[in-house]
Amino acid sequence: MERPGRAALGAQPRANGCGAAHGALRNGFVRGLPGTQINHVVHNGGLYKRPFNEAFEETPMLVAVLTYVGYGVLTLFGYLRDFMRQWKIEKCQNAIEREEQKDFVPLYQDFENFYTRNLYMRIRDSWNRPICSVPGAKVDMMERVSHDYNWTFTYTGKVIKGIINMGSYNYLGFAQNNGTCQQAAAKVLSQYGAGVCSSRQEMGNLDKHEELEKLVARFLGVESAMAYGMGFATNSMNIPALVGKGCLILSDELNHASLVLGARLSGATIRIFKHNNMQSLEKLLKDAIVHGQPRTRRPWKKILILVEGIYSMEGSIVRLPEVIALKKKYKSYLYLDEAHSIGALGPNGRGVVDYFGLNPEDVDVMMGTFTKSFGAAGGYIGGKKELIDYLRTYSHSAVYATSLSPPVVEQIITSMKCIMGEDGTTFGKECVQQLAENTRYFRRRLKEMGFIIYGNEDSPVVPLMLYMPAKIGAFGREMLKRNIGVVVVGFPATPIIESRARFCLSAAHTKEMLDTALKEINEVGDLLQLKYSRHRLVPLLDRPFDETTYEETED
Amino acid sequence: MDFKSMKYYLYWLYCQFELITCSYLMEPWEKLLFYTFNITMLVMISYTAYLFIPVHISTAFQFFLHLLGNQHENAVSVVK
Repeated sequence: MERPGRAALGAQPRANGCGAAHGALRNGFVRGLPGTQINHVVHNGGLYKRPFNEAFEETPMLVAVLTYVGYGVLTLFGYLRDFMRQWKIEKCQNAIEREEQKDFVPLYQDFENFYTRNLYMRIRDSWNRPICSVPGAKVDMMERVSHDYNWTFTYTGKVIKGIINMGSYNYLGFAQNNGTCQQAAAKVLSQYGAGVCSSRQEMGNLDKHEELEKLVARFLGVESAMAYGMGFATNSMNIPALVGKGCLILSDELNHASLVLGARLSGATIRIFKHNNMQSLEKLLKDAIVHGQPRTRRPWKKILILVEGIYSMEGSIVRLPEVIALKKKYKSYLYLDEAHSIGALGPNGRGVVDYFGLNPEDVDVMMGTFTKSFGAAGGYIGGKKELIDYLRTYSHSAVYATSLSPPVVEQIITSMKCIMGEDGTTFGKECVQQLAENTRYFRRRLKEMGFIIYGNEDSPVVPLMLYMPAKIGAFGREMLKRNIGVVVVGFPATPIIESRARFCLSAAHTKEMLDTALKEINEVGDLLQLKYSRHRLVPLLDRPFDETTYEETED
Repeated sequence: MDFKSMKYYLYWLYCQFELITCSYLMEPWEKLLFYTFNITMLVMISYTAYLFIPVHISTAFQFFLHLLGNQHENAVSVVK
């Protein structure tokens, strides 16, 4: 679908910065005049070296109403079931307070517990399915049945073989049990063993780790880098080392839980801007600089902007050129989480910086994980040498965490060298290319079929909107019946009515696999009436500001 | 053939109803309860409609006749 103003994108970029040109037109949260569709990309077109096609179709009104009806029915029955459990009419299988806890604060009465007990439990079979092979393009799954409506599962002992895997974050297809990576890792395993049994600061600093860090720094194009054993901890333990009391964190509303946890642990003030909305970010930055800290009005010590490269639930790509322009204009720091985008985006697979053709030195903290594109485990932080040296001394996950297992390190080194083309082949480059092609093809076909697809057209995370609670379960089950493994997502990972299925494309998917998957998705889409799209796309910016259900922070 | 596709269509409609109302996710006894409730409501509504709608229609009809000026007949009928 052509979005308004796209034609003008290349024609005449009107502003080279972020401020003045549109500041006059769009003042903070004031929405465009009725009738005039103001498109942000047009204003900052000069910042982008490539078309940025990101759109979110509005939820059709009827679908929204019917979704609420569904939740209404389930909620009523939920209350009925809770009532029956309370009066021992039905056997109570969920967690309850013990007798001696009865007079204390109730533990299981909030909405999330109610949701888990009465709604999630009905469709629980679509989650946490155990697999029993390498999660490559195809995967084997253990068959399981439930005789008590998903409260417990029993394994039949059978294995469902050859399921097309549309759920793993195996973007470049490095999750495999043969090939060069596996051989290298096996060699290192026989040389070093699997465990290190010490932290980096004590006896756990291997030559392999040093090699990895040098390689990561070279891959990212930064001065120095540091690797950690866990991607989540990289975020949640390093943000507290970087900012503290008296600092301000500006965080995207859809940031991953690890960033949220890190920001909260740091003790800094957190303010949230609307997802990928540069006006909202600029307003917060301006306010932060004009007003300073609450009450004392002292200037903030540091202002840190937290963004992700690809948002894993929306499939959107951060507007990095604009974020960097804003960051420079207001002299703040930028923390970029490339968990999903590293390897998966950009002509060289070097993440969102490479995708937009920007200078990696403009991003102060480059964080990412090895768990996705590299098919390994752990995370890294890259940046200036002073930053990394500081983190080596002060970050909790550097001081306390056991260092990375050598075979895992070797897997990362081999796959990264492969992407960089340093193994003497073009295999890595082909993988990056293949992923980009698969992404475009898959997204285009799904859109043609009439599904509502969220996100950027280059993002390998493809959310397909399901909306209704019964369809979450039905979609997962029907796809498994057709030998396709998908991930379905509902509350609390998404707003309650925006349940979705999320496909993650991989370079390992062949065209035949994608075609099979698409055929089945088409069939299930007809069966479940999922083709909601009316082909009216709204650019991200024009989503109403007040629709989000995420919490607001106050000073 | 036509009958078969009709049957399939009805089944499909039933599936859609199940998905939208989430009765697809319910346990059999809950389904029974839900459908009993729904059918009872439906029957009651249609019975009420059957009882009252003809009366209302005829009242409305008379009212409009009255508006259109056939007062005499009406007056007579009311008196009678």
